Amino acid sequence: MSASLDIRLKRANKVYHEGEVLAGVVVIVSKETVQHQGISLTMEGLVNLQLSSKSVGVFEAFYNSVKVRPIQLITSNIEVVKPGKVPGGKTEIPFEFPLHTKGNKVLYETYHGVFVNIQYTLRCDMKRSLLAKDLSKTCEFMVHCLPQKAKLQPTPVDFNITPETLQNIRERSLLPKFLIRGHLDATNCVITQPLTGELVVQSSDVAIKSIELQLVRVETCGCAEGYARDATEIQNIQIAEGDVCHSLPIPIYMVFPRLFTCPTLETTNFKVEFEVNVVIVLHDDHLITENFPLKLCRV
Amino acid sequence: MAAVQWHSRVRRYVAEKQSCGLEVASVEFGDYHPLKSITVTDSKSRRGARKGSTSSSSSSSSSVAMDPLSCMMDGTDPLSMFAAASASEPHLTLPHSISSGDLANGKRKEKEDEVAVDFEPWSSKRGEILARFTTTEKLSINLFMGSDKGKAPCPGSSAVSEKVRTRLEELDDLEEGSQRELLNLSQQDYVNRIEELNQSLKEAWASDQKVKALKIVIQCSKLLSDTDVIQFYPSKFVLITDILDTFGRLVYERIWSMCSDPHPLPVSFTADEVNDTAKETCLNWFFKIASIRELIPRLYVEIALLKCNCFLTKCGIQKTLPRLTAMIRGIGDPLVAVYARAYLCRIGMEVAPHLKDSLNQNFFDLLETFRQIHGDSVQNQLVLQRVEIPVYLTLYSPAIHWILQCVSYRAPESLLTEMMERCKNLGNNALLLNSVMWAFRAEFIATRATDFIGMIKDCDEAGFPKHLLFGSLGRSLACADPPEAERLPILNEAWKVITKVRSSQDYINCAEIWVEFTCRHFTKREVNTVLSDIIKHMTPDRAFEEAYPQLQSVIRKILTYFHDFSVLFSMERFLPFMDMFQKDSVRVEVCRSIMEVFIKHQHEPTRDPVILNALLHVCKTMHDSVNALTLDDDKRSLALLINGFIRMVSFGRDFEQQLSFCVEARATFCNLEPVLVQLIHTVNQLAMETRRVMRGSHSRKTAAFVRACAAYSFITIPSLTSIFSRLNLYLLSGQVALANQCLSQADAFLKAAVSLLPEVPRSVSIEGKMRSSEGFLLDFINNFLSTLLVVPDHPEAGVLYLVRGLLNMVQDYTWEDNSDAKVQVYVSALPLLAAMSQETYLYCIPKVDSNETLYGGDPKFVAEINKLCETLIGQVLDHLKILGRDESVRRQSSLAFSLFGCLLAHGDLRNNKLNQLAVNLWNLSHKHGYCDTQTSVRTLEFIKHLAQQPNMLHISDMVQRLILQSRT
Repeated sequence: MSASLDIRLKRANKVYHEGEVLAGVVVIVSKETVQHQGISLTMEGLVNLQLSSKSVGVFEAFYNSVKVRPIQLITSNIEVVKPGKVPGGKTEIPFEFPLHTKGNKVLYETYHGVFVNIQYTLRCDMKRSLLAKDLSKTCEFMVHCLPQKAKLQPTPVDFNITPETLQNIRERSLLPKFLIRGHLDATNCVITQPLTGELVVQSSDVAIKSIELQLVRVETCGCAEGYARDATEIQNIQIAEGDVCHSLPIPIYMVFPRLFTCPTLETTNFKVEFEVNVVIVLHDDHLITENFPLKLCRV
Repeated sequence: MAAVQWHSRVRRYVAEKQSCGLEVASVEFGDYHPLKSITVTDSKSRRGARKGSTSSSSSSSSSVAMDPLSCMMDGTDPLSMFAAASASEPHLTLPHSISSGDLANGKRKEKEDEVAVDFEPWSSKRGEILARFTTTEKLSINLFMGSDKGKAPCPGSSAVSEKVRTRLEELDDLEEGSQRELLNLSQQDYVNRIEELNQSLKEAWASDQKVKALKIVIQCSKLLSDTDVIQFYPSKFVLITDILDTFGRLVYERIWSMCSDPHPLPVSFTADEVNDTAKETCLNWFFKIASIRELIPRLYVEIALLKCNCFLTKCGIQKTLPRLTAMIRGIGDPLVAVYARAYLCRIGMEVAPHLKDSLNQNFFDLLETFRQIHGDSVQNQLVLQRVEIPVYLTLYSPAIHWILQCVSYRAPESLLTEMMERCKNLGNNALLLNSVMWAFRAEFIATRATDFIGMIKDCDEAGFPKHLLFGSLGRSLACADPPEAERLPILNEAWKVITKVRSSQDYINCAEIWVEFTCRHFTKREVNTVLSDIIKHMTPDRAFEEAYPQLQSVIRKILTYFHDFSVLFSMERFLPFMDMFQKDSVRVEVCRSIMEVFIKHQHEPTRDPVILNALLHVCKTMHDSVNALTLDDDKRSLALLINGFIRMVSFGRDFEQQLSFCVEARATFCNLEPVLVQLIHTVNQLAMETRRVMRGSHSRKTAAFVRACAAYSFITIPSLTSIFSRLNLYLLSGQVALANQCLSQADAFLKAAVSLLPEVPRSVSIEGKMRSSEGFLLDFINNFLSTLLVVPDHPEAGVLYLVRGLLNMVQDYTWEDNSDAKVQVYVSALPLLAAMSQETYLYCIPKVDSNETLYGGDPKFVAEINKLCETLIGQVLDHLKILGRDESVRRQSSLAFSLFGCLLAHGDLRNNKLNQLAVNLWNLSHKHGYCDTQTSVRTLEFIKHLAQQPNMLHISDMVQRLILQSRT
């Protein structure tokens, strides 16, 4: 006697916006009639904040609560079926949840990070008598925040990288000579569009080993009293391998990964920002990095 | 049973023939024929008249000239039907030939954008590359992915959804399980490994492990960034792109099948028709690929999935192609980059052949990065791997050829000119030039051949080998013709360079190509010069031993263009050229190809001494290759070729010359039996031809000549091993001798045949199986008997010397047990004897007196015959008796019936005894009911019909006594 429980959302991509209705069906498949004490659905949106180990010590002193208490964005619970029986075979029970927030809360966009996680889940529970185990099924759905009203102005950035432009080096004289030009088409990017630009190796004394784009998230947790700011890598995309042809433009192209990026977010308790590093690795293992803060938005 | 006196029926052959009056019945071709199927589905409209099998006799008169078999079967033969179907299908390569207004026109037009048959497909290049780029060095497959670890798209975190986490774990598993580097693989091992990966990709996919499948593909494409053992790189590319193709197909089909619910997508669907689930899956794939860390795997996998873009948006492919083209610029190693471009072009051509721009862009990018080939990092690598520049450059050829082939496919002339100009302006452009000549239309190259020669000359000697350049040019010129006036200068210029090529292998590779051009446009003089140059180059150090395939190809090309053998053999250098084929098998093969062409194209018999000498030499070579180990099939085909040659030799009226040729040929081809047989036939034919020329009466000289012919046959026949060939040839030669009034020779032939009879084995091997020889022997004896009628008795030997001799042999021959063959021979000898006792014979040979004239119906002679018949009948009857005892009543019945038939036809049934015997035989044959009723009824009807003729009272009496056994 095995019954299975499943949640199917109407939208294949599981993406919803604030104010829309989350609709779908609960599917129960069983060979025989299933006796139960009620089936309920719980929809919940949470922001989980976590502190990195290096800042834990400092914080625990005066701010103990941030780590433990997640911020609830939305919650809702309904009973789908009253206690009773579900006939054998496949039973589909439709449901709908309006995605409305209470008060002045905003539904932030789904985001999976390291120290900040914004996640929306839908859980279905089937309570059963003592003899049988309760059944439960969880399914995540995505929330995209509403498109930005303001028209986005492209903000192209040109850059030149030479030994002289570098900071944070010990022996400038040991560096080989090189000149790398390039530009990003925009630093305020639409999240659904790739990051684009071009890069030209004008000259380089030492052969180039690799050129990479490193996408970095900068997560800030805290409030006025103090905060922890951590930058971690999301992904690293190689755009050139080996000693590329000089003075031939190489495209910069990177797709923003879903879930791991969201529109740049700034709230009272936490911040999520993104940056991109253009990393040039020379054959003698010199690592040259040029950093560009990005502003992501949705249109 | 007492001996029965034989009395032959007196025959009046002329009268009988008239009374029978066999009218010539025309065959009605339109009528029903069992071999003709009832429904004739004729695919060719011009044969419309023959439609339907019921069209009766209307076509009978017209089809007389046609081959009766083929016209019976026409239209229903499945093979010719296919041929007709393919012939009627308009060629796709000629879209202009399709008349407008055609219903199918719209559809065709759509297809114009697509790649047609005139585009050489990748599959044909594939094998070529694999065969050409090999290595003996050790290879390694590095499936190590450590650098990726921890940098995977998302680092583990507590909030990651369950699904993602399991997938990540799966990924880690695979990484750990396959963190290995396989070293020291031989090339074959390497190929096997790759094939294993291909299999595990399919398995992973089939067991729904999509992530693992992707992982395998990524690892494989990563191998393409590794240029260790650089000589093998093109082959590696081929192997790995095979896997990528598989992957691309699997993904495409999977997504396609997701949309097939409820009904399958049309072939040309738009993105709007794709459902959300499929789109989401597709999008997922692209997001996954976009996060592949390394450039080369990301590029290759994305190219492999290019086709899937059409599920998402209408112009997805259009947007992706230029982006991917630009991304390839990020590949530093020029060789890796050029192959990535080749792959992109290939998939681009498959998926969206109408998008030419990115193909062109690929080529222009290639030109931009061309200088890298001579850059430091490449040079360092070459030094490290100990590869020389010319070898390295040839590694580029397949990829650049392919790119240019895609670019130039149906490209306008102006674009090609532009491309060429760009190549010209680049330094060290030999490599490009070579590919241009390979890939561009041959006509394009041919019209600018002189320019090309100039460009080739300007090329740097140290880089790309020039002989390869000339080779490519020659290949184009072999298919398309340069302007008439330029041809000779082109050949001169080209050959000036070719002849200077040092390495004999390089030389012959190039020369072989140019032979075609030379044969195509010039006379034997130029070809001769070329041949002598080749001989000059290939003879030192026996260089030809390494170049047999090329030399053979030279011969083949010459043979395609020179069908006149007198011209061919008058080329001074042709035979010396042939002498270079010193390896037996190759030599024979060359001879074969020469003979095949000769047989195909020589329609007139020849006596040209040049041809004869040369071909005799060629044939002798073939013949001499035969040894004890030669297969039967080989012997047969060699003999066929030699026979074809012998048939084509004719000295016209100079018969003696012809005979002496046959003598020579016999000496030369003594090991091939079918050739000897052919020679005997030729000589016999020669004798008959002489007779025809002399109108039947030989002069002293010609008589001596035909006797010489007979002698030739007589001494040749015994050297054959096949006993039936010998027998038949003895008989045939005997007949020929008889026809030429060589009585003693004819006697000798026939005597030889008779004395050979005891040697006939009881079983002979036919097509490898042992069969009883009885049937063949009976056939031969019957044939022999009919000849004996006209053979006059030898004055010194007794009456019917040969017939007796034959019958004695038959009696002594050890026939098979339980066989009636001996008695059957006896029965069939009766008609002969009956015919011999006639006053005038059924047939005779002009100028030869048969026994009819010799004996003039002498009663003694007739009595002799009758005695012989008596003995024969006695033997038959005895045998019948034995059969009755052995319970072999069925055999008894049929034998008795055949003797009855013989009596009826040839015996004088007015004789009571004979009459009685006939009736007895009839009854005997019907006694046990084994007689074929239908035959009996027909025979009886015939007898009744006979009885109604005048003077046939005895027959009508007999009819009364013949009882027809009824089945009831």
